[in-house]
Amino acid sequence: MNRIDLLLKEANNKVVNIYLTAGYPTFESIVPIIQLLEQNGATMIEVGIPFSDPLADGPVIQHSSKIALENGMTTELLFHQLKEVRKISQIPLVLMGYLNPVIQFGVENFLKNASECEVDGLILPDLPPEIFEKDYQHLFEKYNIYPIFLVTPQTSEERLHKLDSLSKGFVYAVSSSSTTGKNTGFTDEHLQYFKRLASAGLKNPLMIGFGISTHQSLQTVFDFASGAIIGSAFIKSLDQKKTDFGIPAFMNQIINDK
Amino acid sequence: MQSDNNTIHPFHVDPSGFYGDFGGAFIPEMLFNNVEELRKCYLEIIESPAFQKEYHNLLRDFVGRPTPLYEATNLSKRYGARIFLKREDLNHTGAHKINNTIGQVILAKKLGKHRIIAETGAGQHGVATATVCALMQLECIVYMGSVDIERQAPNVARMRMLGAKVVPATSGSQTLKDATNEAIRDWINNPDDTHYIIGSVVGPHPYPDMVARLQAIISEEIKSQLFAKTGNENPDFVIACVGGGSNAAGAFYHFLDQPNVKLIGAEAAGEGIYSGKTAASLVVGKTGIIHGSMTSLMQTPDGQIIEPHSISAGLDYPGVGPLHAHLYHTKRASYLSISDQEAMDAAFELAGLEGIIPALESAHALAVLKKMKWKKSDIVVINLSGRGDKDLAAYMKNLETK
Repeated sequence: MNRIDLLLKEANNKVVNIYLTAGYPTFESIVPIIQLLEQNGATMIEVGIPFSDPLADGPVIQHSSKIALENGMTTELLFHQLKEVRKISQIPLVLMGYLNPVIQFGVENFLKNASECEVDGLILPDLPPEIFEKDYQHLFEKYNIYPIFLVTPQTSEERLHKLDSLSKGFVYAVSSSSTTGKNTGFTDEHLQYFKRLASAGLKNPLMIGFGISTHQSLQTVFDFASGAIIGSAFIKSLDQKKTDFGIPAFMNQIINDK
Repeated sequence: MQSDNNTIHPFHVDPSGFYGDFGGAFIPEMLFNNVEELRKCYLEIIESPAFQKEYHNLLRDFVGRPTPLYEATNLSKRYGARIFLKREDLNHTGAHKINNTIGQVILAKKLGKHRIIAETGAGQHGVATATVCALMQLECIVYMGSVDIERQAPNVARMRMLGAKVVPATSGSQTLKDATNEAIRDWINNPDDTHYIIGSVVGPHPYPDMVARLQAIISEEIKSQLFAKTGNENPDFVIACVGGGSNAAGAFYHFLDQPNVKLIGAEAAGEGIYSGKTAASLVVGKTGIIHGSMTSLMQTPDGQIIEPHSISAGLDYPGVGPLHAHLYHTKRASYLSISDQEAMDAAFELAGLEGIIPALESAHALAVLKKMKWKKSDIVVINLSGRGDKDLAAYMKNLETK
C-alpha cells in the first residue's frame, strides 16, 4: 500500500508536509534534513527538484533552486540520494518538479527510478491533465507513483472534480492565486474557499499549501484539510551555521507555537 | 479567411494548440483560468467586425500602416537579385512589435482587463506596449532584464516617459527569459484584472497563434505590394530574423501554404553556435518546455535552461516559438545562424548602401544575403523588423574598434 494512503488513513493528527529543495543548502543535506524533520514532527516530505526557471515559485524557492543547481544537483544524483534517505526513513515522500527536466530524463525512466527509491507521489505543476491522461497515466499506475494535481481558488467546480479524479493520495490546494512564499495571512476570502473545498465531496483527502508560515496559519488550515504543506517559510529558516539547521526550533515554533 | 481551415493546413495550429509536436499549454493550474479564457475567445474577438475595424483604423492612423515595400536597388546590385525591404522599421515606435500590442490591447479591453503587463528584451515590445497603454489609458508594467535595461537605455527612458513602470528582472542572465519569468509570476499573482501581452509567438497556446495572426498583416501587405511592383504576389524568398519569432511569423504567415516561396529564418549565433555563447535555439536546441510551450530550446542534458547570448537583446532568448520549431522540423522553412559580427557588418552595409540604419535584430536577416547564392531573377523580401536608433551605442563601439 502507498505510504500516503497509510498515513492519511491512520492519521488522527493532521499531516505536516515540509517542502525542501534537493541540493539546498548543501549538495548532500537532504538526508540529515529529512531525519531532523521526521524527528521534529514532519509526517510527509515534499522534495523539490531544482529547476533553472521555476515559474510558479517566489524568490525564496527560486534562490534555493539556484543554489542547489550550483551545488551540482541533477535528477540522476537526486535518485542516488533518495536511496540513502530510504535507508533511514520510511516517511511518505512526494517529488515536486517542473516538467522539462522530467521529460529530458524520460518520463518512464523517471517513474521507474522514483519507484525504485520508494517515492510515493509526484507533483508536476506544469503537466496539463489532458496530456497526463493521454500519455502518462498508465505509467504512473505501472510504477505505483501517485499523481497529485494542484487546484486554486480560480479552479471551477467541474475542473476541481476532474483534477480530484485524476489525483491519488491527496489533492494539493493552493491557498491563494500566487507564487510560493507570498505570506499575506488568511482572510475571510481564503476561509470561504477552504470551506468550499472541504465540502466539495472530493474523493481524495485535501492538503493545503502556499502561504503557510506561522503556527496560526497552520492551525487554520488544519480546520479544513487533512494536512498542510510548508515550503518557503521552512527554506528561509534553514540555517547552515547550525548543525541541526535550526530545524527543531522551526518545527517547534510552527507546530507547537513555542 | 485565416481561421476556417486550420485543421487542413499543416502549418497552422491545431484545435488542441499544437503545431505538429510543438506548442500546447504547459502551465501551472494558477494560470489556467486566464489562459483558458483567452483560448476560448481570442478567435471570436479577433475575427469580429468591431475588432477588425478598430485594429485596422489604429494601424492606419496611429501606427502608419501600410509600411512601404521598398526595392533596395543598391543592395540588389551588390547581391545580384531583386531585393525588397519590408519597412517595419517605419512603424510608430520603430518596429513590428506594435502590430501585436495594438491588437492585444483592444482584446484586453474587450475582456475587461485594466492592468497590462509585458516582458521585453530590446525594449521594442515594452515601448510598443507602453505606447498602446497610454493610448488606451491602461496601467502598464513592463518586466525587463537588468542587463537589457543597461544596454537599451533609450527604450527604458521612452517607456518611462509613456507612463509605464519598468521593473528589472534580476534572476538568471537578467535578459528576456528572466523578464518573461517575472511577467508570468506577476500574472499568477494578479489573476483577475490583468492581461499579459506576450511580445512574441511564444508562451502557452493561444499566444503563438494569436500573436502570429496579429503580425500576419506584414505578409498580407507584402502580397499586395509585391503584386503591384512585380505582377506576382509571391516572392522566391522571404527572410526574417528569429528570436521568439514574431516578425518572422508575420512575414511568413500568408506564404506558409505556398511551397514555392522559400522561407528563411535568421537565428542569432552569438559568438558562434559552438562557442557556448549563442542564442541559436533551433540549431543547437533540443525539444522541451519553456514558458508553457513545447518547442526547441537550449538546455543541459538534465533539462536546465541554458542562458543565451546574442549582441541583439531582442534575439537573446533560449527558446523559439513552436511554429518555428514545427517549420524547422518539417523543413518548410530553413534557419541560418548569424554571428554577432556578421549582423554588425550587415547593419553597416545597409546604412552605407541604402541610407537605412536597421535594428541589430533585423541586421541578422540582412546578413543572410551574404550566405546564399542568388540568381538575377530571384525576388527576395527581407523583413526589416525594426530601426537601429536603440543600437547606436553598439554601432559606435564597433566603429571605434575598427
